[in-house]
Formats: sequence, structure tokens, C-alpha cells
Amino acid sequence: MKMEYMGLKSISGSLVILQGIKEASFEEIVEIKTDEGDVRIGKIIELAKDYTVVQVYEGTHGLSLKNTVTRPSGKPMEFGVSREILGRVFDGAGRPIDGLGAIFAEEYLDVNGKPINPVSRRYPRDYIQTGISSIDALITLIRGQKLPIFSGNGLPHDELAIQIASQAKIQDADSENFAIVFCAMGVSKDVADFFRKSFEESGVLGRVAMFLNLSSDPVGERIVAPRCALTAAEYLAFEQNMHILVILTDMTSYAEALREISSSQNEIPSRKGYPGYLYSDLASLYERAGMLHGREGSITQIPILTMPNDDITHPIPDLTGYITEGQIVLERSLYQRGIYPPISILPSLSRLMKDGIGEGYTREDHPDLANQLFAAYSNVQDVRSLASVIGEDELSETDKKYMRFGEQFEKEFITQSFDENRDISQTLETGWNLLRILPRSELTRIDTKILEKYYPRDEG
Amino acid sequence: MEVIGEIFSINGPVVKVGKCENFKMHDQVFVGDEQLIGEVIGVDGDNTIVQVYESTTGLKTGDRVVSFQSPMSVTLGPGIIGGIFDGIQRPLKSIEDKSGPFISRGLSVDPLDKSKKWKVKMLVSKGDVVSGGAVIAQTPETPQIMHKVIVPPGIGGRIDYIAPDGEYTVSDVIAEIADEQGNKTQIKLSHRWPIRVPRPYKNRIGIREPLLTGQRIIDTLFPFAKGGTAAVPGGFGTGKTMTQHQIAKWSDADIIIYIGCGERGNEMTQVLEEFTSLTDPKSGALLMDRTALIANTSNMPVAAREASIYTGITLAEYYRDMGYHVAIMADSTSRWAEALREISGRLEEMPAEEGFPAYLSSRLAAFYERAGYIESLSGNEGSITIIGAVSPQGGDFSEPVTQNTKRFVRSFLALDRQLAYARHYPAINWLSSYSEYAGLLSGWYEENVDDRFMLNRKRIIALLQEEASLNEIVKLIGSDVLPDDQKLVLETARVIRVGFLQQNAFHPIDTFVPIKKQFLMMDIILYLHDKSKDVLQRGIPISQLIETGIFDSIIPIKYQINSEQLDKFDLLRNKIDEACKKVIENNEVVKR
Repeated sequence: MKMEYMGLKSISGSLVILQGIKEASFEEIVEIKTDEGDVRIGKIIELAKDYTVVQVYEGTHGLSLKNTVTRPSGKPMEFGVSREILGRVFDGAGRPIDGLGAIFAEEYLDVNGKPINPVSRRYPRDYIQTGISSIDALITLIRGQKLPIFSGNGLPHDELAIQIASQAKIQDADSENFAIVFCAMGVSKDVADFFRKSFEESGVLGRVAMFLNLSSDPVGERIVAPRCALTAAEYLAFEQNMHILVILTDMTSYAEALREISSSQNEIPSRKGYPGYLYSDLASLYERAGMLHGREGSITQIPILTMPNDDITHPIPDLTGYITEGQIVLERSLYQRGIYPPISILPSLSRLMKDGIGEGYTREDHPDLANQLFAAYSNVQDVRSLASVIGEDELSETDKKYMRFGEQFEKEFITQSFDENRDISQTLETGWNLLRILPRSELTRIDTKILEKYYPRDEG
Repeated sequence: MEVIGEIFSINGPVVKVGKCENFKMHDQVFVGDEQLIGEVIGVDGDNTIVQVYESTTGLKTGDRVVSFQSPMSVTLGPGIIGGIFDGIQRPLKSIEDKSGPFISRGLSVDPLDKSKKWKVKMLVSKGDVVSGGAVIAQTPETPQIMHKVIVPPGIGGRIDYIAPDGEYTVSDVIAEIADEQGNKTQIKLSHRWPIRVPRPYKNRIGIREPLLTGQRIIDTLFPFAKGGTAAVPGGFGTGKTMTQHQIAKWSDADIIIYIGCGERGNEMTQVLEEFTSLTDPKSGALLMDRTALIANTSNMPVAAREASIYTGITLAEYYRDMGYHVAIMADSTSRWAEALREISGRLEEMPAEEGFPAYLSSRLAAFYERAGYIESLSGNEGSITIIGAVSPQGGDFSEPVTQNTKRFVRSFLALDRQLAYARHYPAINWLSSYSEYAGLLSGWYEENVDDRFMLNRKRIIALLQEEASLNEIVKLIGSDVLPDDQKLVLETARVIRVGFLQQNAFHPIDTFVPIKKQFLMMDIILYLHDKSKDVLQRGIPISQLIETGIFDSIIPIKYQINSEQLDKFDLLRNKIDEACKKVIENNEVVKR
């Protein structure tokens, strides 16, 4: 029988400090009952002989120094999993909120997970066709990859995530084995509803587990929400052999919640007030993607984050980019010109792409073609800035061709509609059509043999 | 011998221990019922401060903390090469055997396989006098690496017993040494060494030869030296890890220690997979047969990240003492610095710049100082080259880790986001990178490659510099208005950039380029430049030369000529001569 403790020593933000707790262990969960019968849960985040700091997930409103009873649970935060969680909606702490009753859990897992042993990882190589040309050709998504969307407020990152989720086809995986885990952190109810509605429309709702911590929900729960979601994903992927796509939105709110809690603990801040462990903390989420030897399933992560002030060097996108395997960057100026999806391809990158494309995966010409499209589009930027100084008419013949290439590239290759699903060969063909605008001598990134095979076709 | 304290408080990986006055700095301790491994990092009046190398979830105040009064150490012996270890030298394969694909806590595993028998040949006989560092036996560790059994530094005397040649495990006694007082010390195939104490050597030898990497921009423009230090800073996506992998694969070091410090799990998996299938161009043996990996991925405990760097360098020093040239890749030192910051923050130390502790700079200095080309205690020559990746926040090189690193390294390869965006790889900026070894190594290059090597290098750098300043003008008025000789500079510089500096890591021929071919490539580009200059001096416009396609035909030579066909460069020379001759003749016909 566990002891119960009356009252608190002090309350600060979402933290409470207790005195005289015996037999408590670091990071274990405590229950705090108010005299109104309200039960809240919290985690011990600092433990000393004479005091204990508890972070209360549901917030500290209504707590006083006298009106509470605290009871340590003796174990870390757990989430009860079973296959039944698909089709259900949970709050940030993993409690069902869809009115369909409790989950009959097969087992209870520690939401903090354990680090995957690097020798047990299977290197991801299977490509996922998203049907979006710019992603498939240039920022190829690989099963088991963590590929975030770096966006800004007001940009269509939610639409893009939905489009990827509904069009994502994993080569030779049957759809029975495919499920989505969706985790909302600090987003508005509208956004959560949009995702719900879109899942419903594409008929996958029964294969989605949703974890919702909306912007009005307690900050403390925002820290556990992605951990519950990833615990669910790990169970489905590695014990039920399913291919799981995890969408985490919005990582910026998550990091801000972390900052809030850190500052109420009086920790020494590093950059922009974020705690020094922001990198390790983000890594403890992002690294829970991947594939394992001897297990069928996979976890592919698409975290979404809104870059404050569209600044890619802000600590949140910056640290994320150092952990994730690439990034899809959205650009405001493209969107303002009416381009959807407004993917800025130059800063975008897929690190795992090199091992999942080309002969035997997509098509032999894919790596060189992608490389050349990047190089050419990068040159377009230089030509455009030159044109803005000397005028387009004064450009050399080759540069004029680059101008045309740039325009067509944005119009035909990047632009596609929300429900347009292009297959990979269609995407690659469009790429070749665009390269034919340029003189052959400009195509220095393509192997001569491939150039001979693909460049001349349809000429004239 | 054992000293016991009890936990007073817990804050993340930092545990304060009370009721213990006998804990020493840097002692290894075992924390709690699960015997988590930790290290003493501070001692004050009431409390001893311990950093714990595993997750501290579940620890309680009052739990026991035990010290056996020995410093945090690694086990040095055969079986290191080819292995993959965590930050405190626990083999990840053994951890997998015990706890499956996820790493559990409190696992006790041996650093080296205790059951494996090594075929040992003894090199000394009874009665020989040996001192610390002496080689007394050897065993083939991998097909490529002969492991030398070293008398641990600090021990010396007369060999009192030596086992016969045969098969032994790392814990078998193979010799006994008696010192002058008659005290006997048993020598095994392995010994322990504290990670924070640099292993001694006889003396330091200056820089002598380059560490060739097969990467053109490094070997020619910004060379590394055996025994030198290098830093590779770059924002995310600029190819730090790619560069480190390329160097680990193709450099001419004997042994590679690759420290994955706070980086991605899949990257370590990739190194493991690739290195067990690729072969070394020099010896033809598997790359993994000369490599040891230390992995503390970003989701593994942060305190072990701090230790991983020291574990790695201590392993490197051990092989250096056997007379090998060792190269260490530390990817990334920023994560190590951040681990320092995190621990420092939890200790509530006064922060210096950006929250980093004030001792960041001295710790970095001490780490890079463990590189060097030395003569070991036994008279062997060996070296450690440190190549540290730096991940500057926001890609901004003015941040503390990059700035402090810059003070202690002598090769600096600045990775550039704009080049990476244009998919110019390796994205090493040729204007802001430097190597102080170029001057020191000029003699070696002139003697071993070609006496024009340094001259060519200088000319290439000058052309690139000139291009950069011309580009300032081109940005404003376009290139059409430039005089022909400046257009030629732009054209040659383009060939240098695209044909020489860009190198394709995925192309079978281009991924590794022998130094001789690198020289010939520089030479042919400069030859083309000089010949073109002659043509221009006759008043012939450069456009005619460009139309012949001669510039574009030089660019793909990196793919077309493999290292066995270097005579093809002579044919290229003829081709250039012909193209120039033809342009000149055409103009003479027109004049007539």
C-alpha cells in the first residue's frame, strides 16, 4: 500500500513542490487528488531528500497548498496498448475522449520508450510513392524515415501532410498493414477537425489513432502526448508488424511547452530561452522512427513545425534538422504566387533518398535527373537575380533558357492539385521534358549514357 | 576497497550522493539497485556529484552508490577492431543479445569477448628486461591488423615468466614481470586504462606526411596531416556526415575510430552495413577490419555522450602506441559540447557564452591536443589524426563551439549551405576553408607526387579567388561585357569547380581518387588554361574556343579516366593542342 501525502509546499506554473515524500522514485507518476474529487497526474522531475518537484500534466489551476492529497504510483507513465487503439481518439495523456469507453489493454508500456540499439536497426531503403512530384523525385520519402515539414503560419502544411498520408503507397505492402498515428500538440480545434475530416473522407479513419492536445489543453500534457503516440506506434509497428505513418503537429508548440516548464523550474536557458537539453529531448522523439532487424513493421515520421518568423535558423527547426533525415521546406513567396504545394526545393533534402532510388528501386535515371534538376534550379536563382539587375532582355541565350526552365519547373513540376496523384514515371518524364529546355551541354550532372538514352526522346 | 554512499538528490543524469567522503574525482561508481554506471565529476563538503551514463528513471533517494575506487576506464586488448561500442565501451552486439532491439538499463557486459581465443606469438623470452610500452607478443586481430601486446605504461622489469606461443583469451596471463624489488605483475592480453588520462609516449615528432583521403578538394587544396587536427563545421544538410564517412572509408590511415556522438541511429547502421561490405583500396581487406565504432546516438543517455569522445581517443592512443596511424572521426563535437552544457546547467554552474560552461575551451583544447605524430615508448612511430565535425547552431560559424574549435585545429573545412543547396558536393567552401599543413607538407608532395604539385595548387587557388572577385562584377552587369581574358578565368574556374572540386561519392571511379590522378587533373586544367591564353593573345575571341567544346570535354574526365589509365591524360593534351590549333587555323583562313 502506497502512502498518501496531504498538501503541497509550493506551486509554480505547472510545477508543484512537495516535502517529506518517502519511497518515491525519479520520473515516477504521482496522482494528485483535490478536495473536489478531481484527480490529476504528474511526474517527479526532480527528487531530493528534503523536497520533490512534480510536473502536473493537467495544470495547477484550482490547487492550493492545503486542498490536495498526493499518492505516488510507483511506476513511470504508461499507456495501455492493443490493436483496438486504431480508430480511437485520446487526450494527450492517452485517455480515450471519444466516448467509446476504455481500451482493453493487452499490455502497459512505459511511454518514454527505450533507445533503439543501432546494431538492431535495419537501414531504410524502401521508397514510398507520395504522388507528389517534388517529393518523389527530389526529396524521396523512405519507409522508416523521419522527414519533417518546415512550414510557417498560414502555409498549407496540414493539406500537404494529409495529401502525403492519403496518397502514400508503400511498394508491395498491403493496405491492411498500414495505419496512421496522429498527434496534435497545441494546435487549434479547427486543425484537429480538419485532420479528422480528411481522414474520414479518404476512408482511413478506422486505421488512425488520434492523440489530441489542443491549444487550450494543459501544457504539461503536451509533453506526454507525442510519447503516448509513439508508444502506440512502436507497439503497432514492432509487435503487430504494421507500417505506421506518424504525423506530429506542431513541434513548435511542443518545444514551447518544454521551455515553459524549464523556466518555471528556474533552469539555466541556452539559446532563445530554450533549455539546453532541447536537442536530446527532441531526439528522444524523432529517433523513435525506423525499422528493426527481424521485425516486419516500420515507423515513418512526418513531424510538422511552424518556423517562428519563417526563420530556418531558429533553434526549433535548426535542432530538428540536425536530428531528422532531411526536411521538406515550404516557402511563403511560392505560396503567394499561387503555387501548391509551395515546396522550396533547394533547402529541402531527403538524406535517405540516395539509397532508395535508382536502378532496382525507382528508375536508373532518377539519381542523376534529381541532381541535375537541383543544380539547374539553383542556377535559375542566380540568373533571376542577374535579370533583376540588368533586365531579362540583356541575358545571354543560355540564361534566357534557364529563365524559361525555372518558370516551367514551378508551373508544371512543383505545382499540382491537392487530389492529384502522379506516379513516379510520370514525374520523371516531366523532369526530362523540363531539362530538354536547356542545351545539352548544360547537363553536366548526368552520366553520358543516361543522357543519351533519355535526353533525345520526344525531341522536335 | 569499496566505498558506499547514498543518493541525496536526482536531477536528470546528475545525482548527488551524500554520506561519503572517500569518493575520488573521476572514479567509476555503480548507482542504485540496477548498478547503473556513473562517474564522479565533483566533490564538495557534503555531497559528491555523479553523472550517470544511463537513464536515471526509477532511482530513489537513499539508494546505494558504490565505488571500487578505480577511475572510469576502458579495456584495451584484441577484439576492439571490427566492434561497435556504446559511449562507455559496452559492445552493442552483446547488449542486443541481452536486451533485444531496445537498450535496457543496468546491463553488465564485458567490453571484450572473454571467451574468444587469440593465436598469440610471443616476442620476448624469460630474463629479457622490458619497460612500459614494450611489445612482448602479437596476435593477428584482423587480416589487416597485427595486434601488439604492450606492457602497460608504468610497469617494467625482468620477464619472470612468459607463456609459450598458443591460443589465449584476453584475460589469460601471458607473462609475469618482476621489478627490482621483486614485485611481480601479471601481464594479460588486455589491460585497463583511464579514459581521461592521455597515454604516455616518448616524444612528439613534427608533421611529416599528409593523411590522404582520395577527396580532391582536401588532398590538393586543404590537406590533412597524419598527426594533425581538422574540423568540419557545417549547418544541417551540408554534408558533414557524408564527408566524415568518405574520409573514414578512403583515407590512408591504418585504423579508423568512428565516434557517432549524439547523431542519428540510422547513420551508425549505415556505417556498419557499408563498412562490412566495402573493401579498402590499398589492402583489399574489408573496411570494417580496420575500423572500430563508438555509438552514442542522440537518444542514448547524454552523459555517456560526454564520455564517448574520451573512450574513442583512448582506444586510438592504444593503437597509436603499437605503431599505427589512427584517424578519429568525431561526429559531432557540438553534441559533446552540448552534453557538457547540459550537465553544467544541472550543476547550476555559472554559464559563459550561450549557456556553455566556461571550461568548454580548455576541454576542447585538451581533446585536440591528444592528436599527434609520436614516437611511442617502444620506439614505434604512430599518429593520431582527429577530424571533428562541428554542428554550429543555425549554421552560424560565430557560435562558441566553432570559434573555440578553430583555435585548436589547423585544417578547417567550412561547409557551405549555398553550395549544398546547389548540390555542389562536397560542399566545402574553397574561399573560407584553410589548412596550415599545406606549407609543412609541400616537401612531401613535391617528392612523392610531382615537383609542380604545390605550384599547381597555388594557381588553382588563385584562379578561384579571381573568379570570386569577377563574380562580384558579373552579378551587377552580366558576364558579356567582361574582356576575353577575364571570361577565360570564369570558364577555367567553372571547369575547376564542376570538373575538379565537385566529387561524386556515389560514382565508383569518382568516390576515391589517387593523388597522382588528382595532380594530373589539376595539370590538365591548367594546361588548357595556358593554351587558351595563347589563343586569346592572337586576338581570337574566347567564344570560338568554347564552341569547340574543349572546356566541356574536360569536365567529365573524373568519370572517364580510372586510376589505371593515367596515360590517357597525354591524349587529352593532344586533344587540347588540336582544338587550339584548329581555332587558330580557322582564323588565319578568314584573315587571308
